[in-house]
Amino acid sequence: MEQASVEHSHGHQMDPYVEYSSSKLGMWLFLGTEILLFGGLFAAYAIFRAKYPEMFAEQHEELNKQMGAINTCILIFSSLTMAMGVTAIKRGKQKLTAILLLVTIICGLGFGAVKYLEYSAKFSHHIYPDTSIFFSLYFLMTGLHMLHVFIGLLILATMFVLTLKGKFTAEYNTPVEVGGLYWHLVDLIWIYLFPLLYLIA
Amino acid sequence: MANHTIAHNVYVPFLEKKGILSWLLTTDHKRIGIMYLVSISFFFVVAGILALLMRLELLTPASDIVSPHTYNVLFTLHGSLMVFFFIVPGLAASFGNFLIPLMIGAPDVAFPKLNLGSYWIYLLGTLIMLIALSKPADTGWTFYTPYSTTTDTDVVLLTFGVFVLGFSSILTGMNFIVTIHKMRAPGMTWHRLPLFIWASYATSILQLLATPVVGITLLLLITERTFGVGFFDPAKGGDPILFQNFFWFYSHPAVYIMIIPAMGVISEIIPVFARKPIFGYKAIAYSSLGIAFISFLVWAHHMFTSGISSLAATIFSFLTFLVAIPTAIKVFNWVATLYKGSIQLHSSMLYSLGFIFLFTIGGLTGLFLGALAADIHLHDTYFVVAHMHYVMIGGTVMGFLGALHFWYPKWFGKMFNETVAKIAWFLIFIGFNVTFFPQFFLGVEGMPRRYATYPPQFESLMSLSTYGSWILAIGMFVMAANLLVGLFRGEKAPQNPYNSLSLEWQVPSPPPHENFEEIPHVTDWTYGYGKKKESEA
Repeated sequence: MEQASVEHSHGHQMDPYVEYSSSKLGMWLFLGTEILLFGGLFAAYAIFRAKYPEMFAEQHEELNKQMGAINTCILIFSSLTMAMGVTAIKRGKQKLTAILLLVTIICGLGFGAVKYLEYSAKFSHHIYPDTSIFFSLYFLMTGLHMLHVFIGLLILATMFVLTLKGKFTAEYNTPVEVGGLYWHLVDLIWIYLFPLLYLIA
Repeated sequence: MANHTIAHNVYVPFLEKKGILSWLLTTDHKRIGIMYLVSISFFFVVAGILALLMRLELLTPASDIVSPHTYNVLFTLHGSLMVFFFIVPGLAASFGNFLIPLMIGAPDVAFPKLNLGSYWIYLLGTLIMLIALSKPADTGWTFYTPYSTTTDTDVVLLTFGVFVLGFSSILTGMNFIVTIHKMRAPGMTWHRLPLFIWASYATSILQLLATPVVGITLLLLITERTFGVGFFDPAKGGDPILFQNFFWFYSHPAVYIMIIPAMGVISEIIPVFARKPIFGYKAIAYSSLGIAFISFLVWAHHMFTSGISSLAATIFSFLTFLVAIPTAIKVFNWVATLYKGSIQLHSSMLYSLGFIFLFTIGGLTGLFLGALAADIHLHDTYFVVAHMHYVMIGGTVMGFLGALHFWYPKWFGKMFNETVAKIAWFLIFIGFNVTFFPQFFLGVEGMPRRYATYPPQFESLMSLSTYGSWILAIGMFVMAANLLVGLFRGEKAPQNPYNSLSLEWQVPSPPPHENFEEIPHVTDWTYGYGKKKESEA
C-alpha cells in the first residue's frame, strides 16, 4: 500500500518535452537570481571603484595576473568540454560524455588548486579580507565564485556517476544539459571577475 | 494491496494518509501548502504574542514590565518573525502551493521534489533563527548598520537564518513561474487565468528578482561582523547608507511580495460573492505586473531622512506616487465589481471588504510618507507604524484570513461555524482599528517609534491602542478556535459550497491526490457569473 502510493506520488505523467522545457526554464530563472546575487557585489564594486580609483589601481598590482590568466583559460576550456559533453550525450555517446565530464571536473579542480595558491600567497603577504575595501571585494567576489565552482563540481560529479551508470541517453539527458548551464554561468561570472579585479590599468 | 487498476476510480482525499513521514516526505503540493500554513501560523501567533507584550509595556509611560533592552529585542523579533517567517512566505507559499496547480488544471507543480526541498530549506532557516534566540538581536528587523555591526547580540545567526529562508523563497518563486508557464490545462490561456494566478506570477517574479539582493546584503553584513570587511563602515572607507540602499532594494519589493497575493485573493472572493464577473480583468491582471515593476524603483523613499541628495529624493518621491496608480486601479475595479452585485456577506467576503477599506487607508497614508516635506516630520514616528500595519494587517492579514475562510472547505473538506466566524471578523476589525488608528495621531504629534517609554501626554492614546490590541487578540483567538473546532466537529463540506466557477471547486473537497481524474479542458474564463450555469453540472 505504502509502496504503491509512493510510486504514484512521483509518477504523475509529465510529457517528456514539457519536463525538458520546464527544467530548462527553471534553470534559466535560477541563473538569473545568481546573477542578481553577484549583482549586489558588482554594484558595491562600481560604487567603491568610483570612490577610490587610486586604491583599486594601486592594490590590484598585488594580484597575480599570470595565475588569473591561467585560471581564465582553464575555465573557458572547461566550458568547451562541458558543451561537447552535452552534444555527445544528445547523440547517445555515453562513454564520450563521461570522459568529457571528467575533463571538465579536472579543469574545475585545477581552477581550485590555482586559487588555493593565490589565496595562500595573499595570506603570506598578510593580505586579508579586512585589509582594504579592494581586498574585501577581491576575497568576497572570488570567494563567492569559488563556492559556486564547488557546487558546480558537485553537480558535475553527480552527472559523471549517473552517466557511467547509463542513466542518460540520447532521449533523456535533461540533467546533463541543465547542469551544463550552471557550469557555464560559473565560467561567465569568472570572465567578468578576471578583468575587473586583475586587469585594471 | 494490488488494486492499481481500480485506483483511478476510487476517490481518495489527499489528507487520507497519516503519520509524520507522510507529511515530511510528501511531494503533494496540497500537503506542502498545509505544512507552510501550519508553520507560518505558528510564527504569526508567536510574533503576535510579542506584539501584545510590547503593547502591554506601552500601557503606561514608564518602562515597568520589561527593560528597554528587552523591549528592543521584542520589536526586533516581532518584526523579523512577522516579515521573514510569516508574511513573506505567507500567502504566497501556503495558498500559492495549494491553489496554483488546482486553479490552472495541473496535477501538481512543475518540480514537486524541489517544492518539498524548498519547505525543508524554510525549516532549516527557522531552525537557525531559533538558535539565534539564545542571544536575540536588538537591531530592529531592518538590521541597519552601523548598529548591527557593533551590537553584541547575535545578529549573524538571525540574518543567516533569513538568508537561508531567501533560498526557499527563490526556489518556490521559480517553481511557480515554471508551473504557470508550462503546466496550464489545455484551453487555460493567459487571459483565462484566475487573477490569483496572475498575482502569484507577479509575486514569484519579485521573489526571484529581489531576494538574491537581500541575500548578498545580509551576507555582506555577516562578513562585516565576522571578517571585518568594511563596506558599511566609514572608518574603513565604507558607507552605512549603502546598506540601506541594498536592504531596501529588496525590502521594498518585498512589501509587494507580501501584499500582491492578498490582492489576488480579494479578486477571487469578490466576484463569487457579488455574483458578477470581475470588472476590469486585464486591468487587475496587468496592474499586478505594473506594481511589481514600479516596486523596484522606489526603494529610497525609506531613506529621505538618511542624507540622500534632494534631487534623488525628489525623483524617488515622484516614483513612489506612481505606485498609487496600479494599486488604485485594483481598488476601483473591485468596487466596480461590487456595484449592483447581489452581495452575500460570507465571512471571507467580510474580510475582503475589510481589506478594501483598511488597505485604502494604509495606501492613502502612504502618500503622506512619500511626500518629502511631510516625511521629514513623520519619519520614524508612530505614523509609520500605523501606516505599515494598515497595509500589512489591514491588507495582507485580512487577505490571508479571507483566503483561509474561503478555501477552508476545499482544503480540509469541513465547514466551520459561519456565525462565530463573523463575530470573530467583527472583533478583529474593531480591535485592529482601535489599536492602530490612534497611532496615526501619536505619530503626527511626534511620538517616535521603538521606545519603551513615552512622555505622559501620550498616555491616553497609547493605552487606547493597548486596549485595542486586546480586542484584536480576542478576535484572533475566536477566529482560530472556530477554524480548529471546525476541523474536528465541522460538517462535511460539499464540493462547491459557493457555486464558484473556478477549477478548484470542480473537484471533490478535499481534492484527491493529483487533483483531477482527467486534466480538464478549459473553454471560458472563471468569472462568468450571472450569465451561465452549465459549468456547475
